[in-house]
Amino acid sequence: MRVVLAEDLFLLRDGLARTLRDEGHEVVEVDNGPALLRALLAGGAEEADAAVVDVRLPPTFSDEGLQAALDVRCRRPGFPVLVLSQYVDSLYAGELLAGGEGGVGYLLKDRVTNTEQFLGGLRTVAAGGTVMDPQVIAKMLARNEARGTIGGLTPRERDVLGLMAEGRSNAAVAATLHVSESAVAKHTANIFDKLGIAPSSEDNRRVLAVLAYLRR
Amino acid sequence: MPAVRRARPAAALVDCTVTSLHAAAAGFAGVAVTFALLLLPLGVGLPLLSRAARFLRARSDAARSRTARRSGTPLTEPDPLPVEEGAGTRRRAHLILTDQGFWRDLEWAWLEPWAGGLLVGLPPALVVYGASGVPLQPLLWWFIDRDSYAFFPVHSTTMMWVSMAFGLAVTAAGVLAAPVAVSLHDRWSRVLLVAPRNTRLERRVVRLSDTRAQALDTQAAELRRIERDLHDGAQARLVALGMTLDRATRLLDSDPERARELLADVGRSSQQALADLRDLVHGIHPPVLADRGLGDAVRSLAMDSFLDVHVEVGLRGRLPSPVEAAVYFGVSEALANAAKHSGACEVRITLRHEAELLRVTVTDDGRGGADPALGTGLSGVRRRLDGFDGTLAVTSPPGGPTSVVLEVPCASS
Repeated sequence: MRVVLAEDLFLLRDGLARTLRDEGHEVVEVDNGPALLRALLAGGAEEADAAVVDVRLPPTFSDEGLQAALDVRCRRPGFPVLVLSQYVDSLYAGELLAGGEGGVGYLLKDRVTNTEQFLGGLRTVAAGGTVMDPQVIAKMLARNEARGTIGGLTPRERDVLGLMAEGRSNAAVAATLHVSESAVAKHTANIFDKLGIAPSSEDNRRVLAVLAYLRR
Repeated sequence: MPAVRRARPAAALVDCTVTSLHAAAAGFAGVAVTFALLLLPLGVGLPLLSRAARFLRARSDAARSRTARRSGTPLTEPDPLPVEEGAGTRRRAHLILTDQGFWRDLEWAWLEPWAGGLLVGLPPALVVYGASGVPLQPLLWWFIDRDSYAFFPVHSTTMMWVSMAFGLAVTAAGVLAAPVAVSLHDRWSRVLLVAPRNTRLERRVVRLSDTRAQALDTQAAELRRIERDLHDGAQARLVALGMTLDRATRLLDSDPERARELLADVGRSSQQALADLRDLVHGIHPPVLADRGLGDAVRSLAMDSFLDVHVEVGLRGRLPSPVEAAVYFGVSEALANAAKHSGACEVRITLRHEAELLRVTVTDDGRGGADPALGTGLSGVRRRLDGFDGTLAVTSPPGGPTSVVLEVPCASS
């Protein structure tokens, strides 16, 4: 896979590029917003397959990276972008999800210390899936819990809902909770039933439906 | 000049009449004070002066509050007349004579009856004169040989009609002039009654040095907090992390299994250290605020709140960053209070920046009755706003709604 990597701190960029290359990806490194847009929108012979983008980039050091990601996805709907940030904000998560399409991820930079979580996230995003940082999901769940909109769920179902919202497949949820995959399938069916969300067999639609429910 | 609200003619006529009586009272007070002043060399003026000055101050205070009430903008009051416990009459007179506000009051007392009183007295006089002429003229000229009204003689039916029409016109002019007279009088009073420039400047200096000292204190306390947080948080975790790494390295050959566990610990600790740092940064200056400004930062707060929060943003451009931060934490505190204490379901937040004034209101639909003394959170915000001449006001009648208003004068860029 050809991945555009936008990160202005050399140490971090270098580390990420190594991780990606070790995994067999081709990496295009950029260190500022305008260069990122050029790399993604030039439309040359060597099209990128996905982008890993830091929210804060030069020259403005505000949300340059996020704006570029939104811009690219606006012009190339569904283009896989994994956004990394030193902090996660519900507002930015909302903006990334607003299009209602998959192929988008939003993770804390901390997560890259777990190579498997980072590479797995990138794989999911590249395949058109959705990956949300556990912290974003935790905030959404806390809010919904306080409002009593997920009151009917058992604690186990709540755990499953949280992991599902992060973008994990049944298999991954089962592995994390140390239960069988069929048990997870039963839980998800219950959750969809209790929350009144239309069930969907397709992974990404399911994630988006859950996120849409939590963001109401 | 502050915008002066025009009253309705009928109310304005009453205002005019009352104000002209007050003007007469002011004149009387002025005469009394002058009388006391003239008697000073004889000694009897000494006790008279302080009484007369106090009477005069009561008149001018009343005039100030009337003007403020009518125009909707408060006037800066002069310092109260100096009082000294147990001072003799001579000392008291001396204190009064050296008080700037006293001389200003006296100036007003002499000018008010002539300029102010005549101004507001005119419309009622016109109305009385006009309105009394209209019913009287048809009768009077029958009985009085050389009847005249205004400037013309009335001795025929035609002239009678003319005089009645004239009477109506004069009445109308009086009625229409009343609101104008009231508003002119308010402006005039404002010029005369506002505290002397020196007093205003002195107060400003006192306030500035107070708020500056406070701002420096707050800043120092904030730095101490950050230092402590770093010391007890991230720094301590990094030290522990280094020690665990060292142990893991030593165990690498002898007990690889234990070493693996320790390394997993190191991973968790580093995550925790990052989380600590993130919280600390958020407490200093939330990143979304730095990236997007106040409007989006408040929207982000709204998204994370348990309540239904509606945000209306009327801001163009960015505001000064310290103002943004202070107001952000104010809104955050108000929202947290609404969630904790008010029992509200919905909160409405509006942000406006007009005429160099940032005005943010947070209103909930809860049960009200919030403590007017404020919690520690909001009084901290108020102290912070003080540094920008900003204000924070809480209104919370029992039964609700509670509304928190933050105002900060500032320019946007």
